[in-house]
Amino acid sequence: MQEFLNNWIPNVMGKLPAFYEAIGDTLLMVAWSGVITFIIGLILGVLISVTGQGAILENRFVYQVLDKLISLFRSIPFIILLTWVMPLSRAIMGTAIYVRGAIVPLVFGAVPFFTRQVESALAEIDPGLIEAALSMGCGPIDIIFRVYLRESVAAIARGTTITAVSLLNLTAMAGVVGAGGLGDFAVRYGHDRNMVDVTNVTVVVLVIMVCVLEFVGSLVVKKNTHER
Amino acid sequence: MSPKNTWDFKVGGITVIELVHVSKDFGKGRQEVHAVKDVSLSIGKGEIFGIIGFSGAGKSTLVRCINLLERPTSGSVTVDGQQMMQLSAKGLRQARKRIGMIFQHFNLMPSRTVFGNVAYPLRGSGLKSREIADKVQGLLELVGIGDKAGVYPGQLSGGQKQRVAIARALANDPSVLLCDEATSALDPQTTKAILRLLKQLNEKLGITVVVITHEMAVVKEICNRVAVMEHGQVVEQGEVFSIFAAPEQTVTRNFIRTTSNLRKIDELIAADSPITALNPGEIIVRLSYIQKNVSEPLISTVSRKFHITMNIIYADIEIVQDAPVGGTVAIISGEQEQIESAMKYLREKNVCVEVIKSEYAGKE
Ligand SMILES: Nc1ncnc2c1ncn2[C@@H]1O[C@H](COP(=O)(O)OP(=O)(O)O)[C@@H](O)[C@H]1O
Ligand SMILES: [Mg+2]
Repeated sequence: MQEFLNNWIPNVMGKLPAFYEAIGDTLLMVAWSGVITFIIGLILGVLISVTGQGAILENRFVYQVLDKLISLFRSIPFIILLTWVMPLSRAIMGTAIYVRGAIVPLVFGAVPFFTRQVESALAEIDPGLIEAALSMGCGPIDIIFRVYLRESVAAIARGTTITAVSLLNLTAMAGVVGAGGLGDFAVRYGHDRNMVDVTNVTVVVLVIMVCVLEFVGSLVVKKNTHER
Repeated sequence: MSPKNTWDFKVGGITVIELVHVSKDFGKGRQEVHAVKDVSLSIGKGEIFGIIGFSGAGKSTLVRCINLLERPTSGSVTVDGQQMMQLSAKGLRQARKRIGMIFQHFNLMPSRTVFGNVAYPLRGSGLKSREIADKVQGLLELVGIGDKAGVYPGQLSGGQKQRVAIARALANDPSVLLCDEATSALDPQTTKAILRLLKQLNEKLGITVVVITHEMAVVKEICNRVAVMEHGQVVEQGEVFSIFAAPEQTVTRNFIRTTSNLRKIDELIAADSPITALNPGEIIVRLSYIQKNVSEPLISTVSRKFHITMNIIYADIEIVQDAPVGGTVAIISGEQEQIESAMKYLREKNVCVEVIKSEYAGKE
């Protein structure tokens, strides 16, 4: 087995510690920025949904500001965002490089995307449910948690999967600012030193990661879908 | 106020819902819609009150003004003695718990089981989970689906879904149940069953029921009184029987026509059906009963008294609020003078007589 691998993917086998570290860095980046993005995006997504026209906490100002900000950040290419938020990253995380330095730009890149995902998940909810809850004397907080969020678990899980996959993509670019990770690994060896096997193995690992994410996502979706 | 606007409330004449000069406008400027215009209604405890109107008449907006899902532009709303418009946000939520509401499309939460849906409004009611479980089971049995607690709404039929919605609406023991087109998405049989359930609940719990519909059949089936809406206004209201027997407004007549077979004769005549063919000297009349006391055998009496023959083409007499309403379409033959006197006699007996086709030379 060992021999077989040594023959087939010599360059990867020769850099196993670096390879494992790259996998670890990628997972760390996705996990940290994913968790933070999930929390912030969920809050902003709910906020923009409940302040929209005719919604339970209608507020033109909050809605417009959020809507414009999200559009603004979504229109900035990630590679530019990456360098643009560097000072902020240094201020918050103490550094603009390594895994720590990548979290802030990753969050900035993913939050607007995920917020829109949450927004559209909540928009799928039948307005009749909100009306029923209001008629039962429920307040806004109650409706947010027990109707909006509860009824959109499946749709939010779908949005979360898509966002996690796109975060995985973004981590590859974060390598540019010295964040490390699989993308950086593949570019540095596979591309720069023409070690094709490194690129191939990296692709395989990334595909497996995406599959795992999608599998978990679809499991959550399935468990929370009760339509006939 | 005409006599038919008075109503002796079943339970001591207590007013539960009082709308005074309620108006609701949507939008501004050129897009402004006056959805409800100056509506005043009072609905008594224990009544089943119907609000009927064609689509867009403002019925939904009007009921939504009762629990302030829609805040009236002007006017006042009193429910159970509480001035709804003056309540704080918290007070309003408290008041809404005492006003159940059900909808055309049921509005059940798909992610919750039947149990979860009915238990939903009980959170924060101070009941322990054991008590909630008992209460929910009791409610499900009350609406006839005691065996469905663990099922998701997606697996239920329309009628069963509406039963769940009714159980949910009753969870906080409301004094009022608002039904906005609650049977409009159901087939005729299921509609009947749900209406029967509403009537049972009304009798058993003494709950006041407000029924919004565009179907006169629904009103006829369960309502004590009805208000007819058109263009945001209540154009006619009164006891269902009186409205059926003597509608004053064109809309009302149109609604009644949709439920009465007596109107079919017009189509038959228009189509020159053989059963409407007349010999000289014969006429076709429509006799409609407009008073609750029509119980004499009027047709045989007049036939004997005036030596005429009355050949009944068909009759459509229904029992509404325990009295017959509807009438008969008949061909009368005999001496013209006798026919005239017979019709006069019937009119004196408070039967509405309309000549719809005549084969004698003179006028009626
Ligand atoms: N939220 C709203 N905004 C603007 N117009 C509305 C709104 N709700 C109802 N309307 C208008 O008010 C009128 C009455 O509507 P509605 O009360 O739903 O009638 P119905 O229930 O009798 O069909 C309609 O012309 C409708 O378009
Ligand atoms: Mg309506």
